[in-house]
Amino acid sequence: MNRHLPLVITLMLALFATLAQGAEERLLMMRSTQSFPEAMLALQKTLGEYGYTVSRVQRVDIGLTGSGFQTDKYRIVFFGKPTEIRNLTAAHPELIPYLPLKMTLFAEQEETLVVALDPTALYEVVPTEEFRYRLQRWKNDILSIMDELREE
Amino acid sequence: MTQKILLLLVGCLFSLGLAAAPNGARLYERHCSACHGLNGQGGVGIPLALPSFQAAVEDDFLFTTIREGRPGRVMPAFKSLSDAQVTAIIHHIRGWAPERKESATAATAKSAYGHAERGKNLFAQYCAHCHGAHGEGGHGTGVTFSRPRDLPIMPPALNNPGFLAAASDQMIKQTLMEGRAGTPMISFLKVGLKEQDIDDIVSYIRSMQKEPLHWQYDKEQEPVITMESSYDVATSVENLKRAAVGKNFRIIRIQNLEDGLFPPEEQNKKQVIVYFCNFNFINQALSLDPRVGLFMPCRITVVEGDDGTVRLMAINPKYMSRMYNNAELDDACQEMHDIYISIMEEATL
Repeated sequence: MNRHLPLVITLMLALFATLAQGAEERLLMMRSTQSFPEAMLALQKTLGEYGYTVSRVQRVDIGLTGSGFQTDKYRIVFFGKPTEIRNLTAAHPELIPYLPLKMTLFAEQEETLVVALDPTALYEVVPTEEFRYRLQRWKNDILSIMDELREE
Repeated sequence: MTQKILLLLVGCLFSLGLAAAPNGARLYERHCSACHGLNGQGGVGIPLALPSFQAAVEDDFLFTTIREGRPGRVMPAFKSLSDAQVTAIIHHIRGWAPERKESATAATAKSAYGHAERGKNLFAQYCAHCHGAHGEGGHGTGVTFSRPRDLPIMPPALNNPGFLAAASDQMIKQTLMEGRAGTPMISFLKVGLKEQDIDDIVSYIRSMQKEPLHWQYDKEQEPVITMESSYDVATSVENLKRAAVGKNFRIIRIQNLEDGLFPPEEQNKKQVIVYFCNFNFINQALSLDPRVGLFMPCRITVVEGDDGTVRLMAINPKYMSRMYNNAELDDACQEMHDIYISIMEEATL
């Protein structure tokens, strides 16, 4: 064991450094070559495949254009896992303003941009190891969902 | 046992792509394309594929820009990418300009011995209109997301420490001499400035390094604004509605937090969200940064705890502001923070 210890430590440090990549990017963003309606459908479908429920879609563009402002499609998708959200808000009420989770979608000509807050930024709200693990899982899910949207 | 751990770790590293040569196209797509476009056509970020941009900037400029970002100007610092990964991204970006040649004036632009004081006057006369009186750059982000903009590209902040670290005097001088075809940046030789004038402007821009813009987010902010209410949930909701309307907001929705997650009869009725909007305010915020949808709509939640205490809770916009690396958002977030406090105080009075 001792013979391999330096190598093990080196590899572990490299692994952790890799997992920490993107720590400075507090917003997770992706560009989809799909048009807005297609990207919106794909996002809702993919969220479902990852076990999330879309609780609501806020149509910001409708409100803006209704008030006389120019904008292309701009929507906010609220989502979460019902039981997880119920348990979390009971255990940590301070999380309530940040739940359900959300993603913003907006059209840029024929493409669509998707933005989400990096969930690990919420570690300050509940600074426990258990919550850090959950935040990392949310982040991994969001990145995977974005990867799938990118490939559609 | 040790061998198994080693195998596992090596497997993990390979699966994460660390052991493979970095794929510039993939890294670009993941980290850069949302802002700069899949083919470098630009958006929130500058159009990297623009031939005049490619001709003017050296790889060092791109490398330092990716590493240091532009503090307070949206472009984040990618400090955790390895040198090889950054180089791979640059190689990918350079793929859009395979015929790239050093510009005609690059050789003569190599040194700039100017007088900063004189350059200051010239800057005020020729540059400040687009780049700001103190080199603070244009307002808002780039072309952005299908919203009407005046310029195809936002004038960069020349006083930004990220820009000053990345740009050489030669690059600045060359840009002033040649302009940037495809952007509003014109050649100042063509409008009558002499090379000495341009050297003076370069010296003035470089002098901004002594007092660069040091934007830093407010680290003291709490993530959540909370206020206790002496009323029950239903009364607190009514008070909130009244207070928000009194501040020129429109109530757009009142719902249980669990709405859409559980059937109505199973929802927790002690967590009620009041959503409200002021579309003029939203429009202004979107012009500063089109990603601010993550703040929207305005929301205060009324929560009754197990001990019967009723609280009003909202995100702290000043805390959220740090996520955007956009100094211009700070004022809007301060205003939103004050509005939340004001509405909550009135509702709990």
